Amino acid sequence: MVNITIDGISLSVKEGTTILSAAKSANIDIPTLCYLKEINEIAACRICLVEIEGLDELAPACTTMVEEGMVITTRSPRVRMARRVNLRLILSQHETNCTHCTRSGNCKLQKLANDYNFIGEHYQREYPNTEDYGSPLFKKDNRCIKCMRCINICSEMQTVNVWDLIGTGSHTRVGISDAGRLLDSKCTYCGQCITHCPVGALSERDDTGKVFNAIADPETVVVAQIAPAVRVAWAEYFGVKPQDAQAKHLVTALKLMGFDYVFDTDLAADLTVMEEASEFIERFTHRDKYPMPLFTSCCPGWYRFCKGQFPELVDNMSTCKSPQQMFGPIIKTYFAKEKGIDPKKIFTVSIMPCVAKKEEMLRPGMDSAIPGTPDVDVVITTRELVRMLRGENINPLNLVKTPFDELLGKGSGAGVVFGASGGVMVAALRTAYYLITGRNPDADAFKDIAEHGHLKTAEVDVPGVGTVRVAVVSGLGNARKLLNDIKAGMVRYDFVEVMACPGGCAGGGGQPIHDGEELASPRGEILWNIDKQSNLRFSHDNPQLKRIYDEFLGEPLGELSHRLLHTDHHSWKMPGEE
Amino acid sequence: MSRLQLKDYDRARKVMDGLYLDTERKISGMPPGICPVDVVLTFLHISQTQSCGKCVPCRIGLEQLSNLLRDVLEGRGTMRTLKLIRETASAISDSADCAIGTEGAKLVLKALDGFSEDFEEHVRHNHCISKHQHPVPCVSLCPASVDIPGYIALINEDRCDDAVRLIRKDNPFPSACAYICEHPCELRCRRRQIDAPLNIRGLKRYAVENAVDPPQPQRVPSTGKRVAVIGGGPSGLTAAYYLSLMGHEVEVFERRKQLGGMLRYGIPAYRFPREIYNREIESILSVGIKAHTDVNVGTDISWEELDKGFDAIYIAIGAQTDNKIGLPGEDAEGVISAVELLRGIGDGEHPDFSGMNIVVVGGGNVAMDANRTSLRLGAKKVTCVYRRRLEDMTALREEVTGAMAEGVDMQTLMAPVRIKVEDGKATALVAQPQLTGLIDRAGRPAPYSSDEKEVEYPADLIIMAVGQAIDSGDFEAAGVTVKRGRIVAGLDCKVADMDKVFSGGDCASGPSTAIAAIAAGKTAAANIDEYLGFDHKISVDVEIPAPRLRNKDPRGRISSTERPARERIADFGDVENCMTCQGAKAESGRCLRCDYFGYGIFRGGRTDQW
Repeated sequence: MVNITIDGISLSVKEGTTILSAAKSANIDIPTLCYLKEINEIAACRICLVEIEGLDELAPACTTMVEEGMVITTRSPRVRMARRVNLRLILSQHETNCTHCTRSGNCKLQKLANDYNFIGEHYQREYPNTEDYGSPLFKKDNRCIKCMRCINICSEMQTVNVWDLIGTGSHTRVGISDAGRLLDSKCTYCGQCITHCPVGALSERDDTGKVFNAIADPETVVVAQIAPAVRVAWAEYFGVKPQDAQAKHLVTALKLMGFDYVFDTDLAADLTVMEEASEFIERFTHRDKYPMPLFTSCCPGWYRFCKGQFPELVDNMSTCKSPQQMFGPIIKTYFAKEKGIDPKKIFTVSIMPCVAKKEEMLRPGMDSAIPGTPDVDVVITTRELVRMLRGENINPLNLVKTPFDELLGKGSGAGVVFGASGGVMVAALRTAYYLITGRNPDADAFKDIAEHGHLKTAEVDVPGVGTVRVAVVSGLGNARKLLNDIKAGMVRYDFVEVMACPGGCAGGGGQPIHDGEELASPRGEILWNIDKQSNLRFSHDNPQLKRIYDEFLGEPLGELSHRLLHTDHHSWKMPGEE
Repeated sequence: MSRLQLKDYDRARKVMDGLYLDTERKISGMPPGICPVDVVLTFLHISQTQSCGKCVPCRIGLEQLSNLLRDVLEGRGTMRTLKLIRETASAISDSADCAIGTEGAKLVLKALDGFSEDFEEHVRHNHCISKHQHPVPCVSLCPASVDIPGYIALINEDRCDDAVRLIRKDNPFPSACAYICEHPCELRCRRRQIDAPLNIRGLKRYAVENAVDPPQPQRVPSTGKRVAVIGGGPSGLTAAYYLSLMGHEVEVFERRKQLGGMLRYGIPAYRFPREIYNREIESILSVGIKAHTDVNVGTDISWEELDKGFDAIYIAIGAQTDNKIGLPGEDAEGVISAVELLRGIGDGEHPDFSGMNIVVVGGGNVAMDANRTSLRLGAKKVTCVYRRRLEDMTALREEVTGAMAEGVDMQTLMAPVRIKVEDGKATALVAQPQLTGLIDRAGRPAPYSSDEKEVEYPADLIIMAVGQAIDSGDFEAAGVTVKRGRIVAGLDCKVADMDKVFSGGDCASGPSTAIAAIAAGKTAAANIDEYLGFDHKISVDVEIPAPRLRNKDPRGRISSTERPARERIADFGDVENCMTCQGAKAESGRCLRCDYFGYGIFRGGRTDQW
């Protein structure tokens, strides 16, 4: 233990503690900006400066370790002056047009500027007016404060290395490491750089206008699908607890906005389970014919990662489309037929915790219902949904519950847990077990696999076919490690679930942003609880799903399934792919 | 007002002179890897400030050049901008009235030519190629990328064994480099911005002298692959060392009686004590290297045998033969080459120069070695004849001052014309006095003959120290591509058009430093390992002390001291004194820990394995 004094308070903290954490343990708040625990501890913004007795210069609290006898002052004229000057310098390179920024009110820089009571400007404004609007991930250079969080998120956590420092000296800026535009890079659009950006420099493309336009057109039948992870996060910005703002409340909200039908992506997840479990059984029982292990394919960020970084393993990927992309054509074929609606008049809106799905919907082959027309017309993130709700003055707190619409409105607990890391694997194993043995396993039998962690592995005995070796991983850096081990033959698995975002979709790049907080785990817990309390825990038991197969699709992996629900990995190329 | 007044060295001038010194230090502490366009713009600003304002090209032109360069830097430039920059700079350089304008413009022209790719990348893609390749200046400039801040931090905690182990991760010759490294690491040490670079080599010497018994790492299980290393100098032994640690069976073939290369056969013992070198080589061999001495590839063992018997070959034969400059009388009795003299001494043959008058020709490190060795062999008088000025000598400063302190007479601006021979024996060197002239492309003024009369330097022995050559004939005959004596190998040490042959060190680069040869050995080891189908990593389990914030008061560099000149010329004992414990503590405490502070903490200041 190390004995120190902070602002006159004596305390004893563990060796290797930073001044920032030590102060926090004494309830002393030190402002930070670039700091992101374990991801960006680089002392770049120089806002968390403190005074240390005996030291000529101020020291950054985020990276300076306590030393025996240190006497630290966090509030002094010198500290205040330095923080204020540095903040003003940062602001001089930041376009403070806050009224036109989606991060207004949820911006670390704005809060600091307000806290420090800035009146008037001291420095000449200078920022580049370049921007990259070519892909679903927008970058505005006039808002970038070069905190380097995105660089470290992308290089250290996701190991994709899209962002890098370009230039040196005062001309240093954040840019694309090996390409001019994001569109030409190997970006996976996981969106983790957005959710970790302290300001509004990075954002998803705003597609809310397209949705409002579709709603405004009386001829158009606007159909929404709500992804599992959206239901546990959509009310966060309103300060409403998840139990008071459930999926059924959201259905009400969307109906108020003018959506004609609201469906549950959980059902599409159940559909994915049926197809993917069947595909797994086929591959597992004919292991010599297929590359093993089988990789799940429902995460479009992971899909791009695999194609861009491990092209040699692309054929290990399941051919199943992601649930949203299965749902699109089902809505435009099965639902249209059942309801007698002209599918060309249907406009499908996916409400997703995800940025990558905005790219996924544009891939070749995602027009299987009506060739030339996208199966999914628009994808909006949870954050865009919130902006629409605000624009329509809808507060989750004041809503009643409305059930999802018929035909495509019922999802199983297995479908719900798609939103948490490990959920796809658990759901698929439940159904695979049933498909092989003809009876349901204990629904909680595979729960261990879903315990949160960087990598979970398990061996599951399935009577009749043997032991299935499974692995679950989330976060692309962790995925890279696993894939390298698989390639090197150091580990062997039969079935592997990968999610690009740490913790899965619950921590998705399209989810509400709470600076410095990682909410994947608590959100995921709620999803697992929904599953636990559900009276329908197996995808294959879903009555609406059964009806789809009985009356429309026929068999999993059948001809129509193949046309509508599966995809060809080689129909499009990543930038730089030969 | 009086008719004349003395110029007053007032406070303002004192402060200004201080600022200029600060700026000089600032420039000498430029981190490697910064954007050349930005650098040029900065220096151009200096010229602008210097302008008196009288003439158009300088007053307005330099300003407009700055604007144009700023356009390039900030993404507003086009190829037309580059053309305009060139035209403007050429015109200023042609038309300015004084050096302030011409030199400012020439700087821009030089940069345009030297960094055309960088300029074009800026205007075409608003992108800068420059990157801080390694955030730590010393590591960045060390050819072998030794973890310098790491071992300095260890020395500061008096963990000399760990310091040596850490150095060995990238360089198996910590002792050799502690004595003779040319320390390019010190060139851009960030400490220069405050006072002066760290005495890095001096600290390393402290570490190796105070290390008790740093164990060598364990070899990984044998791969069964066989690698032949031709040449047992620093480059060959480095490759052998790492390849052996990686589990390959390595055999070294050395033509001379002993291993060690030019550090034994070129560097005298007073600069690098033999017993220390012998111990270092023994330690290197202990990782499982088989060494054959007195074996000449081409005569004692054929190239074909090596080709057949080994899975990969590393050629590191160095540059060990002497150069001739075609001086009349060069072949006479009484004329020897420095290479020859030092080679004999390397094997323990000490000729007796008692009472002799020795003339050494040359101004490089080898010439200094010949000078100082001659004194130690008993020479009555040693004269060093060199055609350029003292400051143009390529030898390290401390070697020149060391030689002068020991009594060598430096005769500069004297170009050797011929050797006077009587009865077949050399009796004197005849030299033509020179004047110093135009600066050549390498940045040194070229001498030219003055109208003065020739000068004669009587000599009992003339030692020619005019460069080294590579004896690569046998390899050329075996099919290895050789250009102007050098073996042609890439930056990856692969020999062109030969599948399993690698080469590096002096024989590929031309005569260079020990650390460059070591870096080549390291590079070759990594690429040979990969060629053999492996990916063995070299690392070390030494924990580096955490950096601490310290005050950065300007403080003098602790330079290494030497034994009294009069005492040291009587023997071949070590000239330099080792830093004391107290000195090492203070000097290592000056390190700014760039591996952590600044860019280091962001991009990682350390390569843990390679």
